[in-house]
Amino acid sequence: MIAELGQFVLILALIVAFLQFVLPMAGSLSEQHAWQYLARPTAWLQFVLVAISYGCLLTGFLRDDFSITYVADHSNHLLPLPYKFAAVWGGHEGSLMLWVLFLSIWTSLVAYFSKSLPIEIISRVLSVLGFISTGFLLFILFTSNPFLRSLPAPLDGHDLNPLLQDPGLVIHPPMLYMGYVGMSVSFAFAIAALITGRLDSAWSRWSRPWTVIAWSFLTLGIGLGSWWAYYELGWGGWWFWDPVENASLMPWLVSTALIHSLMVTEKRGGFKAWTVLLAIAAFSLSLLGTFLVRSGVLTSVHAFASDPTRGIFVLCFLAIVVGSSLMLFAWRAPKVTLGGSMGLLSKETFLLLNSVILAVSTGAVLLGTLYPLVIDALNLGKLSVGPPYFNLVFAPLMVPLLFILIPGTVAKWRSASVKEIMMELKWIAILSLALGAGLPFLIGEWSFGVFLGWTLGLWVGLGTLQHIVQRALRPGRIGGSFWGMQLAHLGLAVLVLGVTGVKSFEVEKDVKMSIGDEVTISPYVFKLTDIVETKGPNYKAYQAQIDVLKSGQKIEQLKPEKRRYASSAMAMTEAAISTNLWRDLYVSLGDSLPGSAQQWSMRVYYKPFVPWLWVGVLMMVLGGVLAAFDRRYRRLRTSNPVQTAAQMASSFGDQGESLQGTSYGQVVPELNGLNPVLETKQFQ
Amino acid sequence: MKKFLIPLLLFAVLVLFLGAGLRRDPHEIPSPLINKVAPNFSLQTLNGSTPFSPQQFKGKVWMLNVWATWCVSCRQEHPVLVAFSKQIGVPIVGLSYKEIQPQDDPEKKLDLASQLKLARERGSVWLEKHGNPYTLSVMDLDGRVGIDYGVYGVPETYIIDKEGIIRFKQIGPVTPQTLSETMIPIIRSLENS
Repeated sequence: MIAELGQFVLILALIVAFLQFVLPMAGSLSEQHAWQYLARPTAWLQFVLVAISYGCLLTGFLRDDFSITYVADHSNHLLPLPYKFAAVWGGHEGSLMLWVLFLSIWTSLVAYFSKSLPIEIISRVLSVLGFISTGFLLFILFTSNPFLRSLPAPLDGHDLNPLLQDPGLVIHPPMLYMGYVGMSVSFAFAIAALITGRLDSAWSRWSRPWTVIAWSFLTLGIGLGSWWAYYELGWGGWWFWDPVENASLMPWLVSTALIHSLMVTEKRGGFKAWTVLLAIAAFSLSLLGTFLVRSGVLTSVHAFASDPTRGIFVLCFLAIVVGSSLMLFAWRAPKVTLGGSMGLLSKETFLLLNSVILAVSTGAVLLGTLYPLVIDALNLGKLSVGPPYFNLVFAPLMVPLLFILIPGTVAKWRSASVKEIMMELKWIAILSLALGAGLPFLIGEWSFGVFLGWTLGLWVGLGTLQHIVQRALRPGRIGGSFWGMQLAHLGLAVLVLGVTGVKSFEVEKDVKMSIGDEVTISPYVFKLTDIVETKGPNYKAYQAQIDVLKSGQKIEQLKPEKRRYASSAMAMTEAAISTNLWRDLYVSLGDSLPGSAQQWSMRVYYKPFVPWLWVGVLMMVLGGVLAAFDRRYRRLRTSNPVQTAAQMASSFGDQGESLQGTSYGQVVPELNGLNPVLETKQFQ
Repeated sequence: MKKFLIPLLLFAVLVLFLGAGLRRDPHEIPSPLINKVAPNFSLQTLNGSTPFSPQQFKGKVWMLNVWATWCVSCRQEHPVLVAFSKQIGVPIVGLSYKEIQPQDDPEKKLDLASQLKLARERGSVWLEKHGNPYTLSVMDLDGRVGIDYGVYGVPETYIIDKEGIIRFKQIGPVTPQTLSETMIPIIRSLENS
């Protein structure tokens, strides 16, 4: 019964989503207030219905109801409990359920935290979100129904893909999806603003925290995916330029551009059309990512589920959503007024460059990802585009991006002077160059790559630290968005230092080992002491026991495994990793080799700085969260022009971001006084 | 106005390519041997008759089907081939590919002769049980011929024309659909040329 209930409720959710799309939009266009006020209740109702339906599917997993085809395909009675939760999104149908669930959560949050937004705005925003939800619910019900039964029920399920039976993968897809789906919020705000024809500071102010939160989830999701690939796939790599990784990187690059561009729109009223386009692009690329993963047009290690008929549906949906948004854009954007004037050299210039470089990088990744498909479609043959292309194109684009980051943070709005920026940064520049040139000697061999990477990483890191110190010495409250920005930039610096370090100094050895053999990667010696058979809940494994010795002293025992899951013929590699702040020691067990003696193939890696990647990503995520929860975003927002002006002005009054040289300065003192009152109102 | 249409145009191009991409299979790998002369070989047959080499079929259109008793997809394909062999007069040569797998002989005790014997026994029993679509079947025990033909999975099927040139390669099981829509038309046109 529970599956039928789930399906029925999902159909109800579809109807409600459709109402949420049609009524508020019609109401806002015909000024029918009653219809507009339906936006919030329908959003909440939709969330409740989707959550019930998702709960039904989950119950199917928890009760081992193998008469549900989807459960039988992705679970097994031996599957450990946490993985039964994760198995819900282990396949195509369930991951779409998760998509829709997250969409309804985001929608409800927008509905809840937007009480002070003008009703015609919020009704349009929720309507756009309702439209997206309608599309996805139709997709689930018509092509990917997770509640289908197969009778008679099989005695046991096929089990979850062993690759997915891992804690990293329990949380990676939800985080990534929260990011993907979160982009729909800034998209909805952008579309609502385009329909309204008002692309003002208020609009960018509303959508900024949402975008930053979605960006943080996306960052975390990508980071977790990379971490999972690193320790689970046993290849020792953490980024493969796989089409599906690229599909998540593209919205990340665009949304990074978007959060920077939104800042200009909010502070200076500039880049409006560009910001809207980025918001549309960020969500479109999230949809494109879904299309690429779900349709099977590209081959990928991630292609866990693919089906061309589903591909056609997603493609049509993509065409409708993105096509109509871009049409709306082409129609409305020309009427958008240009923002405040900007000097040839100013903070705006740097932020524009940032946007352009990130957009070009996205284009380069998109080109590399789709090139095989385009060539095939033109009948020019079959080929694949691999890491050499991406490294060749991507790395040179990151160099100027990292370089302009620091002058961009110190430059003033409207007009900056080269001389001032140079004076401020000269010591940082010298220090970074000196350390970047010198440190490689301490660690290993000097190369231009490591010099360049570390100099840029240090430049970003030291420049940011200097900025923090300078700001802390000045009086005035420092807002969360200041700390958020600095923390994220420091995280980027750590990431760049880490990537450069691991790329330049990693050592990999492929060896054959028998018990008692040793392999040396100076200063570490890896000694295979034994190979034993072990048993897990739903697998059997060979476990190698390897002592790691440093100058004759045993410092650690590593136990890489080769697992065979009962339900699948696939052998899984569980790498063993020893981590400290500076390096990972990574061993993955290969196959036993034919021959008289017990010989095993084994891969041993020395990977310096890998932990820096994860630390860097976490800092970026925390930075995003800090910035999104800045107090100033929680102030009362209304459509009242006077108060809107007050908020605009107060955002300049807030010393979170540098505000020198604004013409709004004189408005600030008298209006700032309003804010405490408004703030307390908000939190009653 | 015009410049604001650029994103829409770019997107339209993207959609066209994605749509075209949907109708293709990214897993399909074109064989470099298409339109090349079929590699020659001379191999023992299943029933022990004189060794077979492709030259014996010069002037005929024929098919080469890679199979093995351990191959699961071959069982799916087999009834299709059996029905096809009764319906059409094209010789089908079976290439029994690496019949003896490492796990059949973990201690490597079997010499070549006993390997051949075991493979012949197993193959004959299997064909008796599932039906024999083959004019004859040859034993590629070490997989050398498979390498020459670029076999990377069993089953695979080749159509070879009168001049001994490979004209078509099917990777994976032959389905009634590929047979009627692609392979039979190719065979007919090759026979008439």
